[in-house]
Amino acid sequence: MKMNRRGFIGATAGVTAALTAPMVRASGDGRPRVVVIGGGAGGATVARYLAKDSKGEIDVTLIEPTRTYYTCFFSNLYLGGLIGLEKIAHSYGTLAAEYGINVVHDWATGIDRDARKVTTAGGYSFDYDRLVLSPGIDFIDGAVPGWDVNAQNEMPHAYKAGSQTELLRAQVMAMPQGGTYAMVAPPNPYRCPPGPYERVSMVARILKQTNPTAKIIIADPKPKFSKMALFQEGWTNHYDGMIEWVGPDFGGDKVSVDPDAMTLDIDGEVTKVDVCNVIPAMKAGRICEIAGINDGNWAPVHGKTMQSKMDENIHVLGDACAQGDMPKSGFSANSQAKVCAMAVRSALTGSNLFPAKFSNTCWSSLDENDGVKVGATYEATDEKIAKVDGFISKTGEDAALRKATYEESFGWYAGITSDMFG
Amino acid sequence: MDKRKIARFASACAVALLATPLAAHEHGDPERGAELFKACKACHQVGEGAKNRVGPVLNGIFGRPAGAVEGFRYSRAMNRMAADGLVWTWDTLDAFVENPKQMVSRTKMSYRGMKDAQDRADLLAFLRLFSDNPADIPEAEPTDTSNLPNLAPEILALVGDPAYGEYLASECTTCHKVDGSDDGIPSITGWPTEDFVLALHAYKQKLRPHPVMQMMAGRLSDEEIAALAAYFNGL
Repeated sequence: MKMNRRGFIGATAGVTAALTAPMVRASGDGRPRVVVIGGGAGGATVARYLAKDSKGEIDVTLIEPTRTYYTCFFSNLYLGGLIGLEKIAHSYGTLAAEYGINVVHDWATGIDRDARKVTTAGGYSFDYDRLVLSPGIDFIDGAVPGWDVNAQNEMPHAYKAGSQTELLRAQVMAMPQGGTYAMVAPPNPYRCPPGPYERVSMVARILKQTNPTAKIIIADPKPKFSKMALFQEGWTNHYDGMIEWVGPDFGGDKVSVDPDAMTLDIDGEVTKVDVCNVIPAMKAGRICEIAGINDGNWAPVHGKTMQSKMDENIHVLGDACAQGDMPKSGFSANSQAKVCAMAVRSALTGSNLFPAKFSNTCWSSLDENDGVKVGATYEATDEKIAKVDGFISKTGEDAALRKATYEESFGWYAGITSDMFG
Repeated sequence: MDKRKIARFASACAVALLATPLAAHEHGDPERGAELFKACKACHQVGEGAKNRVGPVLNGIFGRPAGAVEGFRYSRAMNRMAADGLVWTWDTLDAFVENPKQMVSRTKMSYRGMKDAQDRADLLAFLRLFSDNPADIPEAEPTDTSNLPNLAPEILALVGDPAYGEYLASECTTCHKVDGSDDGIPSITGWPTEDFVLALHAYKQKLRPHPVMQMMAGRLSDEEIAALAAYFNGL
């Protein structure tokens, strides 16, 4: 689809007009202010691009509760013994020092959309001209009967990386010989579609080395999952006989757990398990609900600018938004963040607004040196963010290609974390 | 654009990338090819008793995966292309001989390229004498006689806007690091703009393997490619 530059700018003139707020509220030093809530793949990227590309013309505040951010992506490789925990740990020092971003370690607890003000658990308030929400996900209460956050130490989700990931690995290492690792997989849509299955591959890898008679069981409400043929081929090649996937045909959608007894009930059949990794159904991070910009569980957005459909001064990125055909992934959040930064910068400083282009690539490791990937490019239409073109690894690829794909994923990890944290 | 697509699918053999139209594409003349091969002899040997020298032996090249000759130390770039799935066929060899950097951007083969399509056809016809299975050599006259303009000078002459390239590059920098480091994903900083443009067009035309790059390049216009080349050259 060819467009020349004149075409771009003409077509988007209407959008730009809608973007510009009637009054730009200046900060103390006269600069327009952007507050970003959430410092992950979406939030850290948008903060950095806004600060960098505006050359300091925009005052950026980043509110993120954790002082060290552990990336969910690649956390499975730590579980599988392929990398150390420190590799997925990142701090915000460079964003503060080199980009002049006001990094505030606090929880946003209130948003006054009329006054355009964010308030935090620590008792502070921050004014904004534009607000970007990138809070990730929260779990839906009661989604897995028997499980709630009080049980997350017995039955970890490890779906927000950090201590939960360390906990899960410790539990796997402490399993008795011949023990059972169970996973309760989530229904669509959820963060990181291939994530649970890469996790199972990584756990199988560790168990094969330390506990070869152990078993893995996945209770899944979904009849199929991302990269299914590739995972199943990989499981047969590397971990034959160890992994049992129980789909909805066999009751994978009728699951409850008992954290005290450490049992898993699949459609009436109760099994004692040694590790139970419960990944409940998800919704947008709670601050979106507080802001009142959700439609159901997720926040709808205009793809061309990532603006919330409910409030033109609020943008939503990453897992929390209803993002059309894009999956909920770190790569997607980073891609959307760049479109968002461009749109916000255009609205506040009059810079160019180009057509929104998005892409995503998800790498999964089946074993060391056996990597597969799936990906696509996207465009924003008036209706949604729509897929344009895509690719996926094939079954039966040779070892050299799988090794190259595996190594590529490390190159990507270095790239995206520099892109996020500077 | 459509005409070009139809042309590509209709012909049994792919059009040599950025080369003169197919109408000039005859079966090669191996005798003439033997003469042309003299330019290659400085580095490559063929035939009985051939040994690896500066370049690998070219016996059996047709149908062989790239980077596969035993005992030859290929460049890292060639090994990477091999891992990406590059196989030497009539089309890929034709593009490689036309300008090696189209297929392998950082190849050890320091050869400027053979620009004339007929010369290349003759050369490949000669090389084919040393391959067992010539199945992928076009045996029939190609049915397509399209009047494709010679794209090379126009495309290569485009001067890209580095500022526009900087915006477009945000898509690239998730994987290709701007500090130029090179682990698992190649560095693309500081390249001569011609090399950059050739590589992206080779991906765009799906001649050079790699599904992510084919996808990313596939939706870039000629101007956008030029802009990116200008931006990354300056890093």
